[in-house]
Amino acid sequence: MPEKDLLIEVKNLRKVYPVPGGEVVALDGIDLSIERGQIYGIIGMSGAGKSTLIRCMNRLDTPTEGQILINGQNILAMNEKQLMATRRKVSMIFQQFNLLMQKTVARNVRYPLEIAGVDKKKANERVMELLRIVQLEDKANAYPIQLSGGQRQRVAIARALASNPEVLLCDEATSALDPMTTQSILALLQKINKELGITVVLITHEMAVIRQICSRVAILDGGKIAEEGTVDDVFVHTRSAAGRRLFGIVPTGDDEEAIPEVPALRIVFEEGKETQPIIAGLVKEAGVEVNILSADIKRINGKSYGQMLIETPKDDEARKRTIHYLESQGLTVKEVDPL
Amino acid sequence: MNWELIWQGFLETCMMTVIASSISYLLGLPLGVLLVITRKDGIKPAPTFNAILGAIINFLRSIPFILLIAMLIPVTRAVMGTAIGTPASVFPLVISATPYIARVVEQSFLEVDGGVIEAAKAMGSSTWQIIRKVLIPESVPSLVTGAAMAVTTILAYTAMVSAVGGGGIGAYAITKGYQRGKKYYDFMYAASAVLVIMVQVIAITGTRLTRRLDHRIR
Repeated sequence: MPEKDLLIEVKNLRKVYPVPGGEVVALDGIDLSIERGQIYGIIGMSGAGKSTLIRCMNRLDTPTEGQILINGQNILAMNEKQLMATRRKVSMIFQQFNLLMQKTVARNVRYPLEIAGVDKKKANERVMELLRIVQLEDKANAYPIQLSGGQRQRVAIARALASNPEVLLCDEATSALDPMTTQSILALLQKINKELGITVVLITHEMAVIRQICSRVAILDGGKIAEEGTVDDVFVHTRSAAGRRLFGIVPTGDDEEAIPEVPALRIVFEEGKETQPIIAGLVKEAGVEVNILSADIKRINGKSYGQMLIETPKDDEARKRTIHYLESQGLTVKEVDPL
Repeated sequence: MNWELIWQGFLETCMMTVIASSISYLLGLPLGVLLVITRKDGIKPAPTFNAILGAIINFLRSIPFILLIAMLIPVTRAVMGTAIGTPASVFPLVISATPYIARVVEQSFLEVDGGVIEAAKAMGSSTWQIIRKVLIPESVPSLVTGAAMAVTTILAYTAMVSAVGGGGIGAYAITKGYQRGKKYYDFMYAASAVLVIMVQVIAITGTRLTRRLDHRIR
C-alpha cells in the first residue's frame, strides 16, 4: 500500500454530553483519515454530530474519548500553549461568519497577525495581499455591517488564511448564504485549495456543496459514519440508508409509500424535471385544479428528485387530461387507491 | 438666593463624581471581566470563584447607600484619615459604585456574540488577547452606555453624603435648603434643578457617544 500523506486522523472519537437524567451520545466511535491537499466533505442531517466532529478538530469541543492527530500530533494531549500554536495552523470559518463588528475589514483580517506579534508594516502588507485573494481590496476600510453575507464570509476566509494555515475547517460556511453566493464562496474555497495547497474540511447538510467541490465524503448519521469514500463512488453506489435519504433517493417499494385518504395520482420526478412548470401546466393546459396532498422533493444541483401526490380529479375527463398531460411531460404517473 | 453656594456645591459635586466614578470604574472593569470569564461557559471557567465574587458583589449592592456610609465610618477613617467632609465621602461612594459597575460591565460583556469569542479562540488567541482585543473593543458602545448610567447613579448618591458632612450641591439642597425651613425652599429647588440638568447632560452625552462609537450602525 502506498504511503499516504495524512494531515488529520480521527481515531475512535466519542463525545458524550451529560443531560439531566442521562447522556446524549453525539459522536460514537468515529474513525477518519484526511489526506493533505484534499477537499473533504462531511455531510449529515442536523443532529448527526457533524458540527461536534469538526469542532473537535481544533478542540473548540473536547471529545470524551479517542484521538485526533494533526500532522501526527495528538491535539487532545496538548497543553494550552501547544494548542494555541496548533490552532494557528488549523483555521476555521463559520456559518455566522463571526467577524469583529466594531473593527474594519482590514483590522479583522489583521487580527491573527496581531496576536502572533507580526510587525505592523508587514501585517498591513499581508492584509492587502489577503484581501486581493478574496477580491475585497476596495472594502478594507468598511465595517462588517456594510457588507453582504457573501462579502462577510470572504473577510472571514481572508482572516482564516492570514496565519498561513495547513487546513481550513468550514463549519456550515455556506448555509447562511443564497445559492448564487454559495457558488462564489465554493469557487473561492476551491481556488484556495488548488493555488495555496490548503486542505479543506467542510461540513454541510447540502448535497450540492459536496458534489461541487469535494473529493471525498463521509456521511454521518446518529454519531457514526454511515459510509465514506470518493464522492463519485458514494454517489453512484450509495449503500447506506442515511446516504439515500440525503441524496433524495426515494424508496420505491409500495410498502414504504404513504397511502392517501382519497384517490390520488403519484407523480415521480426521476430525471430532474422542474416542479413549478408542471403544476402551472396542469392548471393552464389541462385545465384542472390541482390539490397537492404531499410532496417529497429534493433539489440537487437545481434539479428536482422525488415524488408528489395529487388528488385525482373527480371528473373522469379531467382525470384523463391530467394523466395525459403528465405523461406527455415525460413523468411517471401511478394511480393510487385510497385507504 | 445664595448663588455662590450653588456654584461651590456644583464644583464639589463635579469633583466627587469624577473622582469616585474614575476609581470605581478602574476597580469595577476588571471585576466585571472576572465575573464574565470565570462563568461556567466563560473563557476561563472557575465556578467557585465566580460564586464567591458574585456573592460579595450582591452583598455590597443590597445595603442601602445611606446605611453603607454609616457602617463604613471606621473603615473610611482608617483609609482616608477622617470620616467627615467632602474628600472622605468619596470612599463610601467608591465602595458602593464598584460592585454596581462590575455588574453593568458584566452585562455589556455578555452581549458580545459568543461566536466571535469562539472564532478568536479558534485563531489561537490567549485569554488575555481575547479580553483585550475582542471582549472590550466589541462591547465599547454598551460599556459607554453603562458608564453614563453609573456616573448618573454616583451623582445622585453624592446628595446623600450630607449625612457625613460631605459637601456638594445635593447635600446643600438638604442642609442649606430643606432643613432650614420654608424660607429656604427656593434654594432647595434651585440646587435640585442644577442636579437635574447635570444628570440630563451626562445621559445625553452618553447616548450620543454610544451612537457615534457603534460601528454596527452605518
